[in-house]
Amino acid sequence: MTKILEHLEEATIRFAGDSGDGMQLAGTQFSETSGFAGNEVNTFPDYPSEIRAPEGTLYGVSAFQVHFGTHNIHTSGDFIDVLIAMNASSLKVNLANLKKGGIIIANTEGFDTRNLTLAKYKSNPLEDGTLKDYEVHTLDITKELKVALKDVEVSSKLIDKTRNIFALGITYWLFHRPMEPTVNWINKKFKGKDDVVLANIHALRAGWNYAEKDAHFQRQYVVDRSPLPPGRYRNITGNEATALGLVVAARKANLPLFLGSYPITPATDILHAISGYKKYGVKHLQAEDEIAGICSAIGAAFGGSLAATTTSGPGLSLKTEAMGLAVMTELPLIVVDVQRAGPSTGIPTKTEQGDLLMGMFSRHGEAPMPILAASGSADCFDITLEAARIALKYMTPVLILSDGYIGQASEPWKIPSVNSLPEIKAYFTTDPSNFAPYKRDEETLRRQWAVPGFEGMEHRIGGLEKEDGSGNVSSDSLNHEKMVCLRQEKIERIANDIPELVVEGAQDGDLLLLSWGSTFGAAKTAFERLKAKDTPVSFANLRYMNPFPKNLGEILNRFQRVVIPELNMGQLKLLIQAKYLKPVIGISKIQGKPFKSVEIEEKLEGLLTQKEIII
Amino acid sequence: MKTAIDELLEKPHKGNLVYTAKDFKPNIDVRWCAGCGAISVLSPSQRLMPDLGIPKERIVYVSGIGCSGRFPYYMDTYGFHSIHGRALGIATGLKIARPDLSVWVVTGDGDNMSIGGNHFIHACRRNVDLNIMMFNNEVYSLTKGQYSPTSHRGQITKSSPLGALDDPFNPVSLALGAGATFVARGHDKDRTQLQQLLKRAHDHKGVSFVEIYTNCRIFNDGAFDLYTNAETRDDHTIFLEHGKPLIFGKTKNKGIILDGYTPKVVNLDQGEHSISDLLIHNEKDSTLAFILANMTYSEDLPRPMGVLQAIHRAPYEERVVNQIQNEIKTKGEGDLQSLLAGDTNWLVIAV
Repeated sequence: MTKILEHLEEATIRFAGDSGDGMQLAGTQFSETSGFAGNEVNTFPDYPSEIRAPEGTLYGVSAFQVHFGTHNIHTSGDFIDVLIAMNASSLKVNLANLKKGGIIIANTEGFDTRNLTLAKYKSNPLEDGTLKDYEVHTLDITKELKVALKDVEVSSKLIDKTRNIFALGITYWLFHRPMEPTVNWINKKFKGKDDVVLANIHALRAGWNYAEKDAHFQRQYVVDRSPLPPGRYRNITGNEATALGLVVAARKANLPLFLGSYPITPATDILHAISGYKKYGVKHLQAEDEIAGICSAIGAAFGGSLAATTTSGPGLSLKTEAMGLAVMTELPLIVVDVQRAGPSTGIPTKTEQGDLLMGMFSRHGEAPMPILAASGSADCFDITLEAARIALKYMTPVLILSDGYIGQASEPWKIPSVNSLPEIKAYFTTDPSNFAPYKRDEETLRRQWAVPGFEGMEHRIGGLEKEDGSGNVSSDSLNHEKMVCLRQEKIERIANDIPELVVEGAQDGDLLLLSWGSTFGAAKTAFERLKAKDTPVSFANLRYMNPFPKNLGEILNRFQRVVIPELNMGQLKLLIQAKYLKPVIGISKIQGKPFKSVEIEEKLEGLLTQKEIII
Repeated sequence: MKTAIDELLEKPHKGNLVYTAKDFKPNIDVRWCAGCGAISVLSPSQRLMPDLGIPKERIVYVSGIGCSGRFPYYMDTYGFHSIHGRALGIATGLKIARPDLSVWVVTGDGDNMSIGGNHFIHACRRNVDLNIMMFNNEVYSLTKGQYSPTSHRGQITKSSPLGALDDPFNPVSLALGAGATFVARGHDKDRTQLQQLLKRAHDHKGVSFVEIYTNCRIFNDGAFDLYTNAETRDDHTIFLEHGKPLIFGKTKNKGIILDGYTPKVVNLDQGEHSISDLLIHNEKDSTLAFILANMTYSEDLPRPMGVLQAIHRAPYEERVVNQIQNEIKTKGEGDLQSLLAGDTNWLVIAV
């Protein structure tokens, strides 16, 4: 039978099923293979807080979305082209995001009476006309697997476990993807378990063959390779990139790495990764609580390690007092906050940008510290190296804001050569005759650093106010004011040492779209779409949240209106309005989900038709 | 994988390694109240340091908040005066990162038993090689006199004008229960004994917990008089010595026997019991340590002082290093470039 081959610029596929259906695995494999096939890729794992929510329920749906294409893939996709629905609930919760005319591949096993009831469907949507606007493919995967694997000796339990791989096989046919990367992965992952390897490889091919033979699958899609810069690539999540960034930063600084951390969603993957890096000489402590996590890191920093602590919102709340201690003792420290939906426990697995103001102001007293925001999964690597550079050069704790979205989402990353990455310098004082713990470098205001073991420089530091220079305890009023100003000035001077903000599009004019952190992807896509329509919008993305780039104020003044989309109630908006007295139009979204680029695009188009300044 | 720290630490110690107590006194006024028990811990500490035979730049004192928190300022070593309750968190990270250091933690009954209680029990179970000196004055002093987790029930303080309703922790029992390998108790009126206990704590590899009764002249004066004053202490305390019978009293005429699991006082003058009937102290016996620790608040029994337990378990920081070395031995030193490359990657070639 002749099938039609169609070329696409981009596509979004979403694997959805029960928490135990292996959707995360299928989605990860699809994204790895798409990267291998030369596409730009951006993913979004979307799963419930419950480990194994009751089967078939609406709140138990686990999904993995992959957006892939030839050009400009900055988000995990606004709307879905292809939905794999392993049961009725996964169809129900995702249907609203499926494009009209989109493809649904439904496993009919998940649409029996029980599943329909759990999904609160009164009748079967596969049969009652609900899906008339879509291209629907229904099949009983277990039945198909049993037929396809009848000559292979595998247990029915194993067949159950390969349903996701069968579905993956169908999608590989649909998008004309190579099967080798997944076959290689199966061989490696299940090495020594021959029956598991056999079952999975057969299931993958069976899925492909099913679509190839089935008369309803008439169209295959091809998404061409991207013109990516040459080099070796891999897919990487933000959390993986942060972990690698810490290890590489320590190596580049020629310091031992110490991570003090406590398990918390969605930051724990960083701890998982680092704990596996023993052969790189990395030390880590899974502490008894968040406070001990950061305090152990402060202790290690005092001893001369590049020290870090990783956490998410509630953990950051607990660490704030110790962060103030790191500010006061002026020790280098990296604090990573993978933000999640708050307040309090909030929605642990969902994303938000609600911690910017906490990063700025949560510590008692005047306790400034630099804040960097990663703008994507791969950027978590670069931002971590930058945090280490600043921490060591200015002797200060640095806060990195990542979030649940970029922390867990993945995108292709051009693997850097360790040797060609710039060195990071640790500034130790080795001459006792010239040593005083709070004597400062003239340019950076960095205090001197001598660690235990350095002879003749024994000294005491702590949370009490210090006398300028000597570091002796002092409650002198004028000295206190001076020290507060020095600590503030030190952080402000970092602005001289970071790249200026770059504006894309016209350098002045009516509208500037300003993103920060993970909002970058959706904002950048919105900007590119508007640019393609010749809409006069300019775009910039902030990675340095404190201090801001030196030219930010001047840039803001070149535009009549500034628009900031944020996954919060307007925290950057507040900071910018306060600092630059520049009115800002905020776009807030607080739904535990990243922005769709269309949400920003439509808002900007609306603003362009109404010229007045709206605040 | 040598780092800058390894290289800097390889430099030989230049100065004289023969110290006197004076070498550990920084040029700074001691600001504790006159007669404060903490002062009585300072001089044995300064006198002990020369005996340790380690360069003073390898010694670190870490403290929390409270009167005890000032201690590091008065020792001319490296020091870190941290925040309330967190000295052990900081000391734990420091010792794991730097096993070469002799790390001392100075804390109090409020700092360590209340706000820092969680860190304390975990430091005990983890067995990091830290020497913990807990100044117990059974009151919050720096906040000017509130009852603490070691205050006794009924204690009148500013925050318990009608008497505290809480029962106290017994710090040595808590330490034992949490798995501390070295547990001892001393007091501020016997500096020689204290110095010996601190030396034992230093020599012990693993966590060492020394509870030190320190009199607060201002907010809880005389709290320990019965156990520390020369006239009464012999009849109200018993100094535990490994391998020796539990004997006490001004004339050494009393001893402890075990009746089942219950310690009882016997008189050695009345002919009914002799020294050979008495319980023999064994620092290696954890069960015995619990029994002895539980004598603490009994009105009929002398209060145990000295080393209750000294057993060996590999220190945590040693296990950390061993795990790294074993991993490198079996898998080879990690290559950073291949770590970055990950399991799956692909090559994009210029078109």
